[in-house]
Amino acid sequence: MLVERGEPEEELRNVARRRWRRTPTTEETLPASIDVQAVDPVDIAPGDPLLAYLQEVARPVELQKVELESPALEEMLAAGVELAVPLVTQGELVGILNLGPRLSERDYSTDDRKLLDSLASQAAPAVRVAQLVREQELEAQNRERIAQELRVARLIQQTLLPKELPQLRGWTVEAFYQPAREVGGDFYDFIDLGDGRLGVVEGDVTDKGVPAAIVMATCRTMLRAAARRIDDPGRVLESVNDTLHIDIPPNMFVTCLYAVVDTVTGVIRYANAGHNLPYVRTENGVEELRATGMPLGLLPQMTYEVKEAKLAHGDTMLIHSDGVAEAHNPRGEMFGFGGLIGLMGTYGHADRLVERLMSELAEFTGPDWEQEDDVTLVVLRRSSSAQDASSTAPSQGLLAEFEVASVEGNEREAMDQVVAAVSKLGLTTAKLDRLKTAVSEATMNAIEHGNRNVAELPVVVTVAVDAGALRVKVSDQGGAEGDDYLDTETPDLDAKLDGLQSPRGWGLFLIENMVDELHETNRDGRHTIELIMYLEGDEHAGT
Amino acid sequence: MPGREFEAMVEVDGERTVISLHGDINAGARERLERAYTEAERAKSDAVVLDFSDVDYINSTGIALIVGALARARAANLPVVAFGLNDHYRQIFQITRLSDFVGIYPDQATALQAAQAV
Repeated sequence: MLVERGEPEEELRNVARRRWRRTPTTEETLPASIDVQAVDPVDIAPGDPLLAYLQEVARPVELQKVELESPALEEMLAAGVELAVPLVTQGELVGILNLGPRLSERDYSTDDRKLLDSLASQAAPAVRVAQLVREQELEAQNRERIAQELRVARLIQQTLLPKELPQLRGWTVEAFYQPAREVGGDFYDFIDLGDGRLGVVEGDVTDKGVPAAIVMATCRTMLRAAARRIDDPGRVLESVNDTLHIDIPPNMFVTCLYAVVDTVTGVIRYANAGHNLPYVRTENGVEELRATGMPLGLLPQMTYEVKEAKLAHGDTMLIHSDGVAEAHNPRGEMFGFGGLIGLMGTYGHADRLVERLMSELAEFTGPDWEQEDDVTLVVLRRSSSAQDASSTAPSQGLLAEFEVASVEGNEREAMDQVVAAVSKLGLTTAKLDRLKTAVSEATMNAIEHGNRNVAELPVVVTVAVDAGALRVKVSDQGGAEGDDYLDTETPDLDAKLDGLQSPRGWGLFLIENMVDELHETNRDGRHTIELIMYLEGDEHAGT
Repeated sequence: MPGREFEAMVEVDGERTVISLHGDINAGARERLERAYTEAERAKSDAVVLDFSDVDYINSTGIALIVGALARARAANLPVVAFGLNDHYRQIFQITRLSDFVGIYPDQATALQAAQAV
């Protein structure tokens, strides 16, 4: 093997020596003084026939003798290329070594060609490896750049979406936003307009990533400013459109639904800049709310039709972005507007529409759904009776919101405050005891795991009653997106008693057994455990 | 309502050692509970009786401390019974299966009687 490998190398050295012997002495002794003229690089179009020819020939080619209709060939000849040495490895052309006239002004000899051919056959694999490494480097850089852009886009969106939902007497408001992997430009907003009026916005910027996020941020600011200045929703959209279209990048626009809700009378005045039509579920069925208007930012001086609707007690309005209706199942079928209308028509008033919708959607798309677009939902539901709306009893809505510092032992304070907040609900002792344990454990978890015992980081607790259930949310600042630490695996007592497992690890197991539902979310840098206890019905079995 | 600091009293009653637990069983109870259990072990009784009648708060760390003590008792083949747990904590002992390893009795008399029998 050694000999076999040695032979060509030996020959190469001989060839090299012979070649050097033929070159003038001055070149040998003073190589720096050689008047070497680099041949200009030539761009070759991917489909040029010269490429196929060189790949096929795979040895040094005297270009003058090539008969081929090829722009590259002409260009190379014009650039002074005499000899083209294809670098071919595994049958693939990976480069071309272009040589101008020989410095000695003689033609390239057979030995020269042999040397170049040998050089090419050895250089080609190395060039290919270098190309692959470079491609991978570029790919890695590209991936990192995309990831960084996504982080920025997410940050912009998360910063600007409302942190709290409006608490309105006689109304239940739900909002949901789930970004696609690439982060689209969806947004929603609530604007307190005073006198019991609420501005509700949902928008969708074409494009994705950072550009969409910046346009979203701009549009949101313009909408807020216009909404506070102008009563008429159509005029609000006109104003935003006129300002936005001047600065918005080409080929980008924003679809937007803007509604002004009178929370006392239930009257909704709305205008629509090309956004999906909202649905209203009444006792007579599901209706679309139609109003015409061009998307924002496309053309100046557009006008927007204003329509009016009234939500009676018990009616529900749903505003939704493309991500829902355009979600596909594994067979390539779309969830569609029909799917949404069907669901609106059948959901029970006690249900939370967002939860119901997202669970239906998950069932439709299957577990491997690669979400193509952001999903944004805003739901406004008017209480089912006027009495509910005017009742002063804390039977609906937020009962308490408070913070405790992340200090061991403060779980007891959280527990006591929750007990005080629910005192008027008339919970049985058993339910109250279970609630106490669940709140205490969830708070301990937030203090220790989420906020890592950093006293300055607050644990935020909200207590609310909604749709016949008590909902306690315990939030900490812990964990990155997707970093869920809720693990309700059953602790193995035998292993613990045999010393094979730590005696600890009971917290989440206890919580799960104390409440009717347990949900975990990790959004906007906030990790939340929601404890749900049904106010009516059977006592929780607890086992 | 602030928590109550944990205390434990150990009393040897013939063949049985009674540990009376008072206050909150949480992380703050570790040292005193372990000390009390060690004292009970030294008494070389035939059974340990845990009195929970003055305990109204046990959290998951407290459960872990009880598991730790039970592990020691199991290694020493020492039976453990308990009384005085309210309905809520009795349910928690069932959920966690602690009740499979600790006999739970409604009051001191039945617990002592049971401890006598083991």
